[in-house]
Amino acid sequence: MFEWLLSDQMVGNMLYVNSLLLMGGIYALMCLGLNVQWGFTGLFNAGIAGFAAVGAYTYAILTTFASGMHVGGFELPIWVGMLAAMIASGIIALGIGAICIRLRADYLAIATIGIAEIIKLILKNETPVTNGPRGVAKIPRSWEHLADARVAEKFPWRLFGEPTAYEGFFKAWYPLLFMLTVVGFVLLVFLALEIARKSPWGRVMTAIRENEAAARAAGKNVTRLRIESFVVGAVIIGLAGAFYAQQLRFIEPTNAFDPTKMTFLVWVMLIMGGSGNNRGAVLGGLMLWVIWSGTELVIRFGANVIGDVFTDLSPSVLVTKASFLRLFLIGLILQFVLQRFPKGILPEVRPAALGRRTNKVRD
Amino acid sequence: MWDAFGFEFINFYLIPGLVLGCIYALGAIGITLTFGILRFANFAHGEVMMSSAYLTYTFMALAASFGLSLVPLVAAIPAAVLTIAIALLIDHFFYRPFRKSETIIIVMASFGMMLMVRALVPVIWGPNQITFVRGITPMKPYLDGMLLVQDKQWLIVIGTVVVMTLFSLLMNFTRIGKAMRAVSDSPDLARVTGINVETVIRATWIIGGFCAAVAGVFLAMNTQQLSVTMGFRMLLPMFAAAILGGIGRPVGAIVGGMVIGLAEELIAYPWQAAVMQLVWWFSEVINASGMTDWAKAVHKQMRGTPLLSPGYKAGVAFGIMVIMLIVRPAGLFKGRVF
Repeated sequence: MFEWLLSDQMVGNMLYVNSLLLMGGIYALMCLGLNVQWGFTGLFNAGIAGFAAVGAYTYAILTTFASGMHVGGFELPIWVGMLAAMIASGIIALGIGAICIRLRADYLAIATIGIAEIIKLILKNETPVTNGPRGVAKIPRSWEHLADARVAEKFPWRLFGEPTAYEGFFKAWYPLLFMLTVVGFVLLVFLALEIARKSPWGRVMTAIRENEAAARAAGKNVTRLRIESFVVGAVIIGLAGAFYAQQLRFIEPTNAFDPTKMTFLVWVMLIMGGSGNNRGAVLGGLMLWVIWSGTELVIRFGANVIGDVFTDLSPSVLVTKASFLRLFLIGLILQFVLQRFPKGILPEVRPAALGRRTNKVRD
Repeated sequence: MWDAFGFEFINFYLIPGLVLGCIYALGAIGITLTFGILRFANFAHGEVMMSSAYLTYTFMALAASFGLSLVPLVAAIPAAVLTIAIALLIDHFFYRPFRKSETIIIVMASFGMMLMVRALVPVIWGPNQITFVRGITPMKPYLDGMLLVQDKQWLIVIGTVVVMTLFSLLMNFTRIGKAMRAVSDSPDLARVTGINVETVIRATWIIGGFCAAVAGVFLAMNTQQLSVTMGFRMLLPMFAAAILGGIGRPVGAIVGGMVIGLAEELIAYPWQAAVMQLVWWFSEVINASGMTDWAKAVHKQMRGTPLLSPGYKAGVAFGIMVIMLIVRPAGLFKGRVF
């Protein structure tokens, strides 16, 4: 009676939903990272794609198998690669933060958009290290990599016996496991950020955002705290970048980290979902991603139909134009939300003041 | 002929650098004006430049459909009018609602605007690169064939000088120019003295939009291509120029633009080889033959190597900007620091 579940059509649909959740989760992670920077502290990061690219390339070069095309691969375990991705992205943020965080947010915006371009230039031009525009391929994906005999020979996996015993399982189920891992990380980061938001650290961030002079007058080291927030956000974006590299399996500097698709989309997601609200960040990420990739299907279908009706219009050109039109509409949504609903779908909820809560306990 | 006496440096590095500097300077004027008067970093400014180039192309194509072939500079006149209209409309619909709120929200609105324009251009004109005039423009020889300059390079430099002269006359000798400088110095004080700030803002968009329109057409003439990313690629050098000169200082923007443009081109010159050449000549003068041989060998080895690979050209502006932000955020001409 459950045979319909295993029909090709159904499996295809489930895989689609799976990939939606997967990419939606990766974008939700980026939104959470941006939320720390913008939502908590009011730091304008216009170079999300750059930080994600640093994370992705660090992960890719550390974990891929030795290749003649780029430096390494160093064949390190996946978790080491992800940790390094986070650290690398954090270091870049530390540098850029130290330079221009004491100036007004505009400068940070300019500097981050600049650093994203510089990162792209380096990835493009340092061909011996990054393989240039041809990119890094065969990036190991969580769980799927266990089906690879070369991984099975390595230390912890060796203990589980011959890979033939389990490689079939991972080959079949890795999409689900990978998706659950990403969603798990989203949850983990979300919970951590919720704790951070309610903690004194998070409150100081809000104070800096709302009234920097007052925070400074209260004896807070504003510059240091802002850099902290910027680095924490960048670390989360770096993690998302590592997952992004896993999902793509092949990364190159131009299309994979196109600022229009990444930086801009993440910004719209956060503003739409509600900046300052972690729930809003996750919701915005998932929702807009579903809309984004859902419209992709509509565009392809529509372009084919129009191409059939008007034979002198080529469907491929129509698809390109329609994708740009979609980007334009997303931009219009951003402007609309900014003007009409600046708080987003889920507005920010400030944690109750500590004093009042203790009073309640006493009552 | 031109490769003697350092004319290679002038023909292929200095002149292109000056031309690029002119384009950056024109663009940076608009950036520094909006930063100084409206107090926000306008991310959509490069896109305004791009629209003017595409509109110029459209007017040229329109004229061509009537059998007339317009030069880009003439087609640029109606295009500039339209570009200014676009700048004013964008301000009215997308920036004006935020006049009273925090400026960072306008930065975000302009960031969104940047991507909206960038998305709309390929919808209208298609995603492929187009060009004003096909083919390679010849380099005309001057000074017995040693100096090589293209017509378009003359046009861009002279055009920039004309626009800048008009601009400085406007800023220094007209009521609206003085009002703009007053608002830039202190908006509250300007308002109290009876200056209509909205009029000043409109004037800012008109002047900045005009300079951007000219810069966009010059840019498309110079690189001979119109592409979706041409505005975005201008953005960083223009910001760097505005910050280098000092925010709110149009003179600074002009100087900054020239410096950035020259730096981007000159950085690709094989300076190491030039230095070795000097060592070589010097050692010949003092008759140190061992040193001469060494200098000759090193010079030969380094001859083709640029100081910085041209692939990193776009990074030069960023480097200069970062250094300025660390050393002197107010810029060369003591601009505003926010």
